[in-house]
Amino acid sequence: MTSTTAGVATEVRAGVATEVRAGVTAEVRAGAAVGATVPALLELAGLRVDHGAITALKGIDLTVRQGEVVALLGANGAGKTTALRTISGLLRPAAGEVRFGGERIDGVPAHHVVGLGIGHSPEGRRVFADMSVLENLQMGAYRFGRAAPEDLDRVFGLFPRLAERRRQIAGTLSGGEQQMLAIGRALMGRPELLLLDEPSMGLAPIIVAQLFDIIGEINAQGTTVLLVEQNAAQALRLADRGYVLETGEIRMSGPAAELLHDPRIREAYLGESAA
Amino acid sequence: MSAVIEQRTERPAKAVSAVVVAGLRRERWYRQPRLRRLGALLAAGLLLAVMTGEQGNGKDLLYSLRGTLASGRLWVCLGLGVVAWVLAETGAPLRAAAVRLLAPVTAPIARGGELAVRRRGVRVTAALVGLALAVFVPLALSRATNQVLVDWVGIYILLALGLNVVIGWAGLLDLGFVAFFAIGGYSAAFWTGHLPVKPPFELNPFLVIPVAMATCLIAGVLLGGPTLRLRGDYLAIVTLGFHEIIYLVAKNSDGLTNGSLGVFGIPHFSVGLGPVQYRWKLDPLDYWWLLLGLIVLAVLVLRRLEHSKVGRTWAAIREDEVAAAAHGVDTVKYKLMAFAIGASTSGAAGVVYASKVGFINPENFPLLYSVLVLAYVIFGGMGSIPGVLLGAGLLAWLPHALKDVVDQKDRFMYMGALLVVMMIYRPQGLLPARRRRRGEPTPARSSVQTGDAQ
Ligand SMILES: Nc1ncnc2c1ncn2[C@@H]1O[C@H](COP(=O)(O)OP(=O)(O)OP(=O)(O)O)[C@@H](O)[C@H]1O
Ligand SMILES: [Mg+2]
Repeated sequence: MTSTTAGVATEVRAGVATEVRAGVTAEVRAGAAVGATVPALLELAGLRVDHGAITALKGIDLTVRQGEVVALLGANGAGKTTALRTISGLLRPAAGEVRFGGERIDGVPAHHVVGLGIGHSPEGRRVFADMSVLENLQMGAYRFGRAAPEDLDRVFGLFPRLAERRRQIAGTLSGGEQQMLAIGRALMGRPELLLLDEPSMGLAPIIVAQLFDIIGEINAQGTTVLLVEQNAAQALRLADRGYVLETGEIRMSGPAAELLHDPRIREAYLGESAA
Repeated sequence: MSAVIEQRTERPAKAVSAVVVAGLRRERWYRQPRLRRLGALLAAGLLLAVMTGEQGNGKDLLYSLRGTLASGRLWVCLGLGVVAWVLAETGAPLRAAAVRLLAPVTAPIARGGELAVRRRGVRVTAALVGLALAVFVPLALSRATNQVLVDWVGIYILLALGLNVVIGWAGLLDLGFVAFFAIGGYSAAFWTGHLPVKPPFELNPFLVIPVAMATCLIAGVLLGGPTLRLRGDYLAIVTLGFHEIIYLVAKNSDGLTNGSLGVFGIPHFSVGLGPVQYRWKLDPLDYWWLLLGLIVLAVLVLRRLEHSKVGRTWAAIREDEVAAAAHGVDTVKYKLMAFAIGASTSGAAGVVYASKVGFINPENFPLLYSVLVLAYVIFGGMGSIPGVLLGAGLLAWLPHALKDVVDQKDRFMYMGALLVVMMIYRPQGLLPARRRRRGEPTPARSSVQTGDAQ
């Protein structure tokens, strides 16, 4: 098992042949659910991040393995966004390490982190409002100089609504469409690891469900996902594993199915009435 | 209230007026916004009367006000306000008639504008016609007019083109832009050997242009390097400080810049390449064509930049710096680039100015000019090259066009009034850039541009 998984992992990383990958990832995910044999893609170790006098993260440990979807949950102000921004180099940690594919990347400036294979769809979407959908996607492919047609096809395949609106100015898109664009833009950089910060924010439940299906599809195509969410039920249903952050510390972690049925989570995030 | 009216209607003498008032009250216009509009127009009339009225003086501040308010001018202006109000409020058919009447004039303009937006050929033709006019029309103008055309219009168009890169494209608020103009001017003085400090070898003003541009580029990088990490308002303050430093150095280091006495005798441009011998002299036309050449060159280069990856990167930084960085943009590098390109354009303008006038001193580079250039850019349309050309051209020309029409000292007041009106009714500028034509900020932006620590 160990040797095959390692081989599989390199194949996933090499980023070839999508159809093959889809099948392979299922295997990887099965492996991830079983045990820790799949190599860690992202590791946070003792990560502490300060905003001036405020310590937003008080030394957290977190692992995302190749091919997984990991949910990072927590109340407002828990430090989820801070964690993602630190991973993508927008913030510097005060202590601890960020390792990606085994290499330390804390201290690498944000514009180099993208090149390593980390895509970030930030909180609040942050699309380039005065640019067209197409131009936004082109900015997503910035590290390659220009967008490859097959990447555009892939994004438009995932989000047909964006294809219809490729000339529309991004600022005039609906909230849901902007979220699709933000995710699509992050995918244009062909990330190995996709960081999603509250993709469901402000969206109607039906759109959220569709969006999460698409995130599942992106994962099935071979992209590892770290998903920050308030919408714990949906996120845990999609994820393999989850972490719960509370005022800068990891309070709980484990397989998503277990967290989903944990009474503390049900109380805090799902409301007691949720069946 | 209605009870009072009913009581009064019993008395025959007052019955008529009461009925009128009651009738008026029932009329919707009598109630609110229209009266407010009348008030506003009357206030505007009063303002106009004071603006165009007698000039005040330091000894008796109220003299001019008394004079204005007692004169017929006040009534004319208030009357104009009332007429405007009546036309605006009751004149829907009148306005429609006016629109119909003017249609033969406005329709082609509107259609031309639409065509220009869509068709490249139309744009190119318009640009060529504009250029031809710019080349030949000054031949028919007086020397004094051409003087203004060079010293104010041409130079400031070049400055505005440079500032447009910084603020219109990269979105960096630079309030000390004229400092680079000064550096250009003093570079011309230095390299032609007219400063107290002597250069290693002297250069023809033509050769000073690239040298000054390089100097400004370096100055831009030196200033920008440590400060471009700052956000909007902080950067503006820093550039303000930078201007003050350059200004004070120019003014106080007698041994370096000749202090407030200034520098005399900066030579004119000249070409001496074998058979081609030409010397620019005092004729402003020569300099006008030289400036036109530089402007055309700048426009061609900047256009290429705007439509290249660099232009798109600047737009991304301007719209969301954090998102741009998160997608691999080295934001500091690109901001520095915009800053340096703007600075070097300004430096080139400085050389032409110094050489044309032949004499510069620190008072040629006050902070006010930075603000003026900024106003030109905003007036024309931030980020749009045609807008900046038109805006800077018109607005730089305005004070001189007004010279014989209004009191000398009032000229800039009218420019201010024009800017205020413009910002209320057309904040995007005369010819806005494509990217900014939508006007209203979108929810995506406003919800997003808060609290970024980087
Ligand atoms: N730039 C900043 N300056 C100061 N404090 C900050 C800054 N950014 C975040 N914080 C603080 O750090 C803590 C964590 O913030 P963070 O944005 O990571 O929370 P979050 O888990 O993403 O919350 P939410 O679900 O509301 O988005 C909060 O207390 C917040 O106030
Ligand atoms: Mg957050």
